[in-house]
Amino acid sequence: MKRFVVVDSNRCVGCHLCVYACTNRFGYVGMGKSAIHVRSAGGVERGFVVVVCRACKDPPCARACPVNALVLRQGGGVILNTAKCIGCGYCVNACDIGAVMWDSEFMKPVICTHCGYCVGFCPHGVIALEEVR
Amino acid sequence: MSSWVKTLSRVLYIDLSRKQFWVEDREDLFSKWLGGTGVAIQLYKEEVPRRADPLGPENVAVFAIGPLTGVFPMASKVVSIFKSPLNGYVAESHAGGRAATAIRYAGYGAIVVKGSSDIPIYAIVDEEKVRFRDAGALWGMRSSETVGRVLREALPGAGFRTIMRIGRAGERLVRYSNLAVETYRHFGRMGLGAVFGSKKLKALIVMGRRGFKLPDPKTYREVYKEIFELTKGPATRKYHDLGTAANIMVLDKLGALPTRNLSSGRFEGAREISGEKLAEENLSRRLACTACPVACIHLAAIREEYEDEKYFYKIEFVPYDHEPIYALGCNLGISDRYGLLKLIKVVEDEGVDSISTGVVLAWATEALERGIITLKDTLVELRWGNWRNYVKAVSYIVLQPNDFYRTLALGVEEAAAKYGGLDFALAYNRVEPAGYHTGPLYHSSLAIGFRHSHLDGGAYSMDQNLVASGGPTPSPEEAAKMIIEEESWRQILNSMVICLFARGVYGRSAVEKALRSLGYSIDASKLVELGKQIYLEKHAVKILEGFEPEKMRIPRRALETPTPLGNVSEEYVRKIVEHYAKLVKEYAKKIESGNPEKCVSC
Ligand code: SF4
Ligand code: SF4
Ligand code: SF4
Ligand code: SF4
Repeated sequence: MKRFVVVDSNRCVGCHLCVYACTNRFGYVGMGKSAIHVRSAGGVERGFVVVVCRACKDPPCARACPVNALVLRQGGGVILNTAKCIGCGYCVNACDIGAVMWDSEFMKPVICTHCGYCVGFCPHGVIALEEVR
Repeated sequence: MSSWVKTLSRVLYIDLSRKQFWVEDREDLFSKWLGGTGVAIQLYKEEVPRRADPLGPENVAVFAIGPLTGVFPMASKVVSIFKSPLNGYVAESHAGGRAATAIRYAGYGAIVVKGSSDIPIYAIVDEEKVRFRDAGALWGMRSSETVGRVLREALPGAGFRTIMRIGRAGERLVRYSNLAVETYRHFGRMGLGAVFGSKKLKALIVMGRRGFKLPDPKTYREVYKEIFELTKGPATRKYHDLGTAANIMVLDKLGALPTRNLSSGRFEGAREISGEKLAEENLSRRLACTACPVACIHLAAIREEYEDEKYFYKIEFVPYDHEPIYALGCNLGISDRYGLLKLIKVVEDEGVDSISTGVVLAWATEALERGIITLKDTLVELRWGNWRNYVKAVSYIVLQPNDFYRTLALGVEEAAAKYGGLDFALAYNRVEPAGYHTGPLYHSSLAIGFRHSHLDGGAYSMDQNLVASGGPTPSPEEAAKMIIEEESWRQILNSMVICLFARGVYGRSAVEKALRSLGYSIDASKLVELGKQIYLEKHAVKILEGFEPEKMRIPRRALETPTPLGNVSEEYVRKIVEHYAKLVKEYAKKIESGNPEKCVSC
């Protein structure tokens, strides 16, 4: 089973191509539907923070969901069952690293599924897929 | 026309006089003129009376993006069109950072900033509204970087917003002040900062994270992948490695590196301030504009010890590029790398254009040397290489403590007209030139340029090709055709809006493919036609505003100092200007007589 990881955020140049790639998976362009977020670490001269789900084994986000819409994923993290999700946003607050993004058009959370699609679009070796046992 | 136009056609109007805003659907403009430069010039035409004062409320600052913005790699720029307070005519400037994608995903294709406020304000644009805020606490702040930090911490939207702001120079109407974007990028040339200053607009913040549904995701992903691979390839590599600073050694070797107010094309200290040396000794980080894999933005770190306390240091970050190294380095005889970086830093903090500032100071240095002006005027001794005094002089340009600095703040043309020394005052149409003394084509392209960037027509590279091939210099008619044709195609890239560093990636067929994947039906040959028309539209506006190309002063110094292709002949440049003038005047006449231009894109 694979898990998506940030290898070295110091190499990040802030291009956001990973963000666009993630949004592209669903036939959209933009930032609003991405499960990965990149922002400066307090001024771009200090570099960037790459925020993305780290595939918790015992995910607080899933525990916070009142309707069990977040199903545990093999290898860590969660998969969203959109049909169940009522859009309450509890999961957003439950994830301390801020890795539950919000799609304000559909009013549902966006959480990394560890598919690795974005990895191929990072030009600087910041992100990767790794095997988890 | 593609339904994709609808993702782009909302134009946001912000009226600072009345503190009001509204949105208009301008599908008409975006389907005819694509976006970017093509649309911005039309919006400008609708708003600005021909005789408008560039620093009055009638002037506007138009910002526009294009159909590929935030959609394809390196479509990462915003075009701004406004009337320049430096030369009094319509002008254009481009910047990257996060500005383009922020406007895009806030849901707009263009923003028109008009009117002027009675008190200093800043404006925050998001997907729904515009909020006006009192900028009293920010006005007069010494460093534009601090302004950026305050706004960054006070506002939401980290990662999907742009913070565009002016420094003190803009507030004090220095005619060549810039508008900084995300601290290290700029609408640098032509004085957009002073336009903001005259409107009492300290900052414009835009944030948004909308998404748009693609008409054909499968085709799009294929084309995207293809273009993405190319943008990582050899066509852009040099911009990532050393950045634009790689040019310093190249130009020095050719004898095309303007040195000490262009009294020479070679600088004995070139190696010390070269891209190579800066990368080895000072480079601390490379950054990218949104949607760009290249990351050409190079930041140097400098460590400075406080004079009053041992082991007490501060670390500062300074962006460097070819142009500031030329203008503030070799052009001022500075080979001390630390000193150069300190000088660039002050220019950044104050918010002036580095090219104009460097050229103005180089003229002042020579004028002092020749005794045309005295220490009473300059207040500090301006001497080649003495960076400490140049640092002080930059702040004097902004603070304007005497008549001399008040005049310097108006540009080199104004200063030389008043004090003398026009022969060594480097400016075309009152605008100080960028740093390539490559040959006659480049100097001609400055004379007929719009942005006054070396990227106007790319003639510096035509000169360099001539040097390499040893081929004969084209006749003025041929040269004019070459420059105008290249610049016309670049209007298409500028209407997308693609970073010109990706011009090798986005050839005619790549642009066609990208547009088609979004449902546009336009083909490459129509694009070429449209590019010509946008070129003419732009330049005709300038003519109608009273620009008289034939009356232009060609700076003597540019003719006297030999280029790698020998001395530039004035007659040659004038013939190219004549050819240009004939072409654009004909078009201007058509507009005047009300002949509707036929639409080549629909
Ligand atoms: S979203 Fe946050 S809480 Fe949930 S699995 Fe990922 S990192 Fe853990
Ligand atoms: S927003 Fe959806 S997934 Fe998140 S806690 Fe609420 S119901 Fe569960
Ligand atoms: S791994 Fe997949 S879901 Fe996660 S951020 Fe990358 S593209 Fe998005
Ligand atoms: S693609 Fe890579 S370098 Fe670019 S923002 Fe994402 S992690 Fe950073």
